[in-house]
Amino acid sequence: MEKFTKLTGIAAPMPLVNIDTDMIIPKQYLKTIKRTGLGVHLFDEMRYNPDGSENPDFVLNKPAYRNAQILIAGDNFGCGSSREHAPWALLDFGIRCIVSTSFADIFYNNCFKNGILPIVMPQEVVDALMADAEKGENARMTVDLEAQTVTTSDGQVFEFEIDPFRKHCLLNGLDDIGLTLNKVARIDAYEQEIARSRPWV
Amino acid sequence: MSPKTLYDKIWDAHVVDEAEDGTCLLYIDRHLVHEVTSPQAFEGLRMAGRKVRCPERTIAVPDHNVPTTADRVNGIENPESRIQVEELDRNAREFGINYYPVNDIRQGIVHIVGPEQGWTLPGMTVVCGDSHTATHGAFGALAHGIGTSEVEHVLATQTLIQKKSKNMKVEITGKLAPGVTAKDITLSIIGHTGTAGGTGHVIEYCGEAIESLSMEGRMTVCNMAIEGGARAGLIAPDEKTFEYIKGRPHAPKGEQWEAALEWWRTLKSDPDAHWDKIVTLRAEDIAPVVTWGTSPEDVLPITGEVPDPESFSGGKVAAARRSLEYMGLKPGTKLTDIKIDAVFIGSCTNGRIEDLRAAAEILKGRKVAPGVRAMVVPGSGLVRKQAEEEGIAQIFIDAGFEWRLAGCSMCLGMNPDQLAPGERCAATSNRNFEGRMGRGGRTHLMSPAMAAAAAVTGRLTDVRELMSQTV
Ligand code: SF4
Repeated sequence: MEKFTKLTGIAAPMPLVNIDTDMIIPKQYLKTIKRTGLGVHLFDEMRYNPDGSENPDFVLNKPAYRNAQILIAGDNFGCGSSREHAPWALLDFGIRCIVSTSFADIFYNNCFKNGILPIVMPQEVVDALMADAEKGENARMTVDLEAQTVTTSDGQVFEFEIDPFRKHCLLNGLDDIGLTLNKVARIDAYEQEIARSRPWV
Repeated sequence: MSPKTLYDKIWDAHVVDEAEDGTCLLYIDRHLVHEVTSPQAFEGLRMAGRKVRCPERTIAVPDHNVPTTADRVNGIENPESRIQVEELDRNAREFGINYYPVNDIRQGIVHIVGPEQGWTLPGMTVVCGDSHTATHGAFGALAHGIGTSEVEHVLATQTLIQKKSKNMKVEITGKLAPGVTAKDITLSIIGHTGTAGGTGHVIEYCGEAIESLSMEGRMTVCNMAIEGGARAGLIAPDEKTFEYIKGRPHAPKGEQWEAALEWWRTLKSDPDAHWDKIVTLRAEDIAPVVTWGTSPEDVLPITGEVPDPESFSGGKVAAARRSLEYMGLKPGTKLTDIKIDAVFIGSCTNGRIEDLRAAAEILKGRKVAPGVRAMVVPGSGLVRKQAEEEGIAQIFIDAGFEWRLAGCSMCLGMNPDQLAPGERCAATSNRNFEGRMGRGGRTHLMSPAMAAAAAVTGRLTDVRELMSQTV
C-alpha cells in the first residue's frame, strides 16, 4: 500500500449528500478481474451521458478538476453496498483524500485498506473547504497527516482527528497484510508447532 | 480447565497471536478459491511482489461462471466469464496452487470438491471468498466466507484477523418422519429463527436427528447456516465423518490417520459448556417445506397456504407484500396449487450423490409434466460420473430432465443457466432473493425429493403423496 504523509493538490467540490457506492462505481463494472483500471468508470452515471460522451457539467470533467486528488463531499459519503470496488475506483482515478462530515462505516474502513485518507470535519469546516475547493485549480490544498491538519489555499489551517493506529498504518504504508507480515516469526513458529502436533494438515 | 464448545476448541487451536482487545490472528488450514472473488487478490499479491505463503493449502476451482453444457470444452462464450476463468487458470499456474480446471473430471462447485477430495478435515479452519463456505462445518471444521481483501490476506499470510463470535446451539431432537430431509431441517430452522437469528454467532447443530443424517445431509444443514445469519455452522465429527473421509485423495494415511483420529475424537463440546443462545426443535414437528417469498425465512410446510402480509408485524408487513408481488402470489392460495415452469436440482446445498438419488427415487418410472423445463446439475464431475454408473442419470434423462455438467448453474444468474422474467422454479439451492436465478425469476426453495415431485406434477407438491403411490 502506498504511504500517505503529506499531500498538496487540487480539491474537487462535491456538495451532494449520500453519495453511495453504486454512484461511485455501478454494478456492471464488478465483473472485472482487476482493482486497477476502474478510474474511468468512477462516478460513471454522473460523469457520462447515455451516449458515452462526457457530461461537461460534472465536476471531475471540468478542466480545473481533472487532476483532483482530494474530494470535499457532502454528508454520509460511501453508503450502500460493501463493494471494495468503490475505493479501488477512487484510488485509480487519483483520489487520495476525502473530506466529509460523515462516512459510511464499511467504506470508511475500506479507504484505510487502500491507502486513502478519509477525514471527518464539522459542517462549518467542510463549508470553508468547499468554498476553497470551488476556487479551481490554482487553489491547492495541503493535507498533512503527521500534523493532522488541512491547510486551504489562503492559509487557513484546520485540525482533524484520526485513530492513532490507523494514522500509523497510513504514514508507513502498512496495510493489514503488511502488519500481519510484521508477525511472520509468530506464523513460522505456529507452523513448526503444527508440523509436529497436526502433521496431516 | 473451563469447559469448552467445539467452536472454542477449534478456535483455540488456531490462534497465532492475540491483541489486547481480543483481536486474533487465526491460522487458516485450507483456503478454497474460485474465479469470481479472487482475481483482485492475486493482482494485489503481484503488485506487492508477494507470494502465496502456502500453495499446498490453497485449492482453486472455477464454478460460478462456467457453462454446464457439453460444448464448454470448446471454451466459454461470454467474454467476461471467460476472462475470469482464464485468469484463475493463470493465477493457479503462476502461484503453484492446487487446481481443478474446467475440463478436469474433479471440477465442480468448490464446496463439493473440497470434501470430496479430502481437503476438508475435522478441526480445521477453512475459508473461501464465498458465503456458503459454512458447508464444510459438517466435518467439524470452522468454515466461513471472506471478502476479497481477506482472500489476499490469507494468500499472503495463511492467517486471518478475526474476533471471536458467540456460541449458539441448535438441537434437533427425535427422528425425522418419512419424506422429511436435511433440507427441510435447515429451512425449518431459518423459518423458526429468521435470517438474523444467528447473527454474531457460530452455530453447532446437534441432537438425534442431526446425528442420524449422512455426511451429505449434514453438509446441506451447515450450508445454510449463513442464511440464518450465523458466521458458521458446525457439527461434531463422529464415526460417520471418519468413514466418509477415509481413503479420500488428500485425507491422512497410515500413522498420520491414526494420530488425526485420536485428535478428532476429542472434537466435541464439553457437556457443561456455555452457550450464548440455544434453540431446540423436535424432528417430529418438521414437515417437508417450501419457501413462498424472497427471503429464506419465508418457509412453510407444503400443506400450508400463501400467508397474508397483514399477518406479520413491523417491517415484515411491507417486505411480505413486496415479496408476494414479486413472486406473483395471492394470500390464501394453497401452496400445492402453485404451478411451476422450471425445476433446478443442484447447487452446493443439494448437488451431491445422495441428493440425486433422492430425486431419482421419486422420478423413477415417471415423467416431467408437460411444459416444465427441468435441469439437474451434479455438484462435481465425480458426482456426475457416480450417478451415471448407478443408473441415476438415466432415470433423470428418461423422465425428461436435462443432464448437465458440474457448476453453480442456475443457483446464481452469472452463467448462461438463468430463469426468464416471471419464470417460476422449484429449486434445491439456497437463496430465493429477487433476481438471484435471473432477473425477474421466481424461486421456491425445497429439498431434491420435493423438487422432483414438483417436476412430475407441474406444481408445488407434497412429496409424501407420490411416495405412497406405486408407479
Ligand atoms: S452453488 Fe450457489 S451458493 Fe453454492 S457456491 Fe455456487 S453460487 Fe454459491
